[in-house]
Amino acid sequence: MSKVAYYPGCSGQGTSLEYDRSTRAVCAAVGLELVDVPDWSCCGSSPAHTVNHVLSAALSARNLDLAHSLGLDVVATPCPSCLTNLRNAALEMEDEAFRDTVNALLDRPCAGRVDPQSVLQVLVEQVGVDEVARRVTRPLTGLRVACYYGCIMNRPPERMRFDDHENPMAMDRLMEAAGAEVAPFPLKVECCGASFGVPRGDIVARLSGKLLDAARGLGVDAVVTACPLCQMNLDLRQSQINAALREHFRIPVFYYTQLLGLALDVPRSELGLDRLCVDPRLALGKIKAPAPVR
Amino acid sequence: MRIGVFICHCGSNIAGTVDVAAVARAAAKFPDVAYATDTMYACSEPGQEGIVQAVQELQLDGVVVASCTPRMHEPTFRRTVERAGINRYFFEMANIREHVSWIGKNTERNTAKAIELVRMAVEKLRRNRPLIPKRFDVVKRVLIIGGGVAGIQAALDCADGGQEVVLVEREQSIGGKMAKLDKTFPTIDCSSCVLGPKMVDVGQHPKITLHTLAEIESVSGYVGNFQVTIRKKARFVDWSKCTGCGLCMEKCPSRKAPDPFNEGLCTAPSINIPFPQAIPKKAAINPDTCIMKQKGKCGLCAKICPVKCIDFDQQDELVTVDVGAIVVATGYDLFDWHKYPQYGQGRYPDVITSLQYERLLSASGPTGGHIKRPSDGKEPKTVVFIQCVGSRDRSVDRPYCSGFCCMYTAKQAILTKDHIPDSQSYVFYMDIRSPGKGYDEFTRRAMEEYGAQYVRGRVSMIYPKGDQLVVRGADTLAGTQVEVAADLVVLAVGAEAARGAVALGEKLRVVPDQYGFFVESHPKLKPVETNTAGVFLAGACQGPKDIPASVGQGSAAAAKVLALLSKDQLESDPQVSRVTPARCVGCGKCVQTCPFGAIKLVEDRFGNPKAEVVETVCQGCGICTVTCPQGAIQLEHFTDNQILAEVNALCPPRIRVNYAS
Repeated sequence: MSKVAYYPGCSGQGTSLEYDRSTRAVCAAVGLELVDVPDWSCCGSSPAHTVNHVLSAALSARNLDLAHSLGLDVVATPCPSCLTNLRNAALEMEDEAFRDTVNALLDRPCAGRVDPQSVLQVLVEQVGVDEVARRVTRPLTGLRVACYYGCIMNRPPERMRFDDHENPMAMDRLMEAAGAEVAPFPLKVECCGASFGVPRGDIVARLSGKLLDAARGLGVDAVVTACPLCQMNLDLRQSQINAALREHFRIPVFYYTQLLGLALDVPRSELGLDRLCVDPRLALGKIKAPAPVR
Repeated sequence: MRIGVFICHCGSNIAGTVDVAAVARAAAKFPDVAYATDTMYACSEPGQEGIVQAVQELQLDGVVVASCTPRMHEPTFRRTVERAGINRYFFEMANIREHVSWIGKNTERNTAKAIELVRMAVEKLRRNRPLIPKRFDVVKRVLIIGGGVAGIQAALDCADGGQEVVLVEREQSIGGKMAKLDKTFPTIDCSSCVLGPKMVDVGQHPKITLHTLAEIESVSGYVGNFQVTIRKKARFVDWSKCTGCGLCMEKCPSRKAPDPFNEGLCTAPSINIPFPQAIPKKAAINPDTCIMKQKGKCGLCAKICPVKCIDFDQQDELVTVDVGAIVVATGYDLFDWHKYPQYGQGRYPDVITSLQYERLLSASGPTGGHIKRPSDGKEPKTVVFIQCVGSRDRSVDRPYCSGFCCMYTAKQAILTKDHIPDSQSYVFYMDIRSPGKGYDEFTRRAMEEYGAQYVRGRVSMIYPKGDQLVVRGADTLAGTQVEVAADLVVLAVGAEAARGAVALGEKLRVVPDQYGFFVESHPKLKPVETNTAGVFLAGACQGPKDIPASVGQGSAAAAKVLALLSKDQLESDPQVSRVTPARCVGCGKCVQTCPFGAIKLVEDRFGNPKAEVVETVCQGCGICTVTCPQGAIQLEHFTDNQILAEVNALCPPRIRVNYAS
């Protein structure tokens, strides 16, 4: 059984509780042990890294050090934003001068090296798509989905070093393993406008609207995401987008872990499907009951 | 021995950072130096005359010139001393330009280094021996590798010059990339109409032997006397009988494989003549797709052939020819644009390459010259051209400009408007590079008369929307993002070295650059020569070139070949290895290490094995001399004595040893 350190991130405690819970449930179901980083704090994403790189890196370095204290060499996080910040800090700390300025801010200098990875990467690379497929008991046959990775999961490629930065396939392969039909989504790494969520709703409406429009053009039942901010923009703001663009999108936006959980027969109570804003029942109704095994 | 030393100013190239007079003064004190001076330009006529005069008036036995690299002027000065009446191997050169003045700015240190280099040259010269070159006969025949337009031109020029020509082409027909083009810029004349007659001339010329579907197996020998083995691949058709009637093509039931001549836009039968103007116009079977070759039954073509020329058991054939010179004209290949994930990596059928578009435009192409989208056969109304795909892009390791893409894109934009008058073309470009004769006017016409919309900026992504493709890019002149809904996207793919070029270069001992293009002997003054004597370059194998440049280079290479083959005899280079038989123990290590196969083992009169150097094959690389455990092989002009003398001149030993033996 493989074992990795787990860094839930702040959004997992609030806006994306269902992502955190379904991630834990899915990992347990495929035999991946997540060990929570003790006493973890904010990674320094959105606000800190735009203001002060050293401070932002120090916040991440503290968490990396705590993860390292568990004796594990990989720390997994579900949130791409946390991933970016942890990875940037880990890479920049390889520079000695930078590491010293960061360590000066910390109670305990960050010594060991630990590799931050997304839960998606761990699932694909450590557990393996074949292993996930082997454990699927209730395949999502009949459900047609578009996988949306967002703009930072795989970029910049020389930093993230996972999958293709223009045409990533990790989530597509997991969804296929879960039995869903995956439409080739051409805008899978486009920006949803996340960082403009508060100041410029019009930009979010335009960018996220384009994504929903492309997904509708593919005739999918649902969009699948791996990013709390992307999910929020597409799902929570879908009515706002509809109002701004005079559209009538009704596309449920799942976390990939939620759909994977369904396929792995995780109890629905652990997947938080009730927390989605766009009603997913129509999409879930497309799933055909598995043929009786003779 | 009386040695003269000449320190060259090379204008300010050397004199700018080296105190040449001081170097001359120091050199005058070296052993055996009878005369030392500095001279403005040693290579100029007065400079050379000064050397000749000094040799004759002062009865000098040897000359050292301290100037530029021997690559540039060693032959010049060797001729000079020969003119003065001494053996040309009593000349030594010290490189105080590339090795000193161009790389350092400190005059004091430069001067000291220049003095040391001159001291080395003097010490070596003191141990030089006269060497006399041998003469050997020249084979009056030339091999031309590659039957594209450059190779065709070189072959015709050589043949018209009276030499026998062997033309080897990898594909089934000659014609190369140019045969696939529809029209050519900047005159919009039909490509196959100008190339076709030349191809026919090659096929009919009594002096040209044509081998198609053939590759170079091995090359040995040296300038004037190359032995080349050519592998003629099995074509499963007896070409001495085939009339090119094409009946077999019509009946062949296997026609699922993509047609390489049409760039995979349509399929071709397994027995095929690639295009109507093919030379030679003979059919060949593709064994990978032929049902008979794969499954052992069918043989329909054999039944239907009126002259019974199908032979399923044909084998590859090896032909060996002796030639005096070789012209390499292997051309280029297109960059594989699947390395660009943002352009779909082949997921969208309506994103095609420029060469595929040429086939769509061509009357002999898969659509009969009607522009139809590959996906649904509809006529596109909005066509987007994207330039610099695989050119000038470090991220895909192609930082160089492919040179001709700006022009062919303009041509294709013009032809699009000709074919579909109500169409609109967009061209995403980085900048327009059209320096040839009539080229800039041509691109302007594409914009002004034919209304092609030129947008300066790269395309970030292409994605499908409905049955159209959205091309998203930047307009860097307007400073905005642009999106164009296109029916067809044409990628102006850049050029890269032909597949297999590096392997061929190894056989020919021609060096490829880091991108696989062959390196010419001198970028300005020897553009078609290589550093291997007797091997010449023509066309895009040396770097991306358009048709006029390729033709020009083909003729230039032919001129070089004709000059070489006009001589009945050539001189061999006497700087070769020599075996001292008394020392040789016949271990054969030198035979194993010689990269040119120039050493063989023979028996002396007592039956002992001894190494022997074949002088005309030896390239003087010296690998054997360092291999020999006995020190029995010495490289003439670079003997151990001479090299040790140079080393000692640089760092004198504490105990003086006399190496002057």
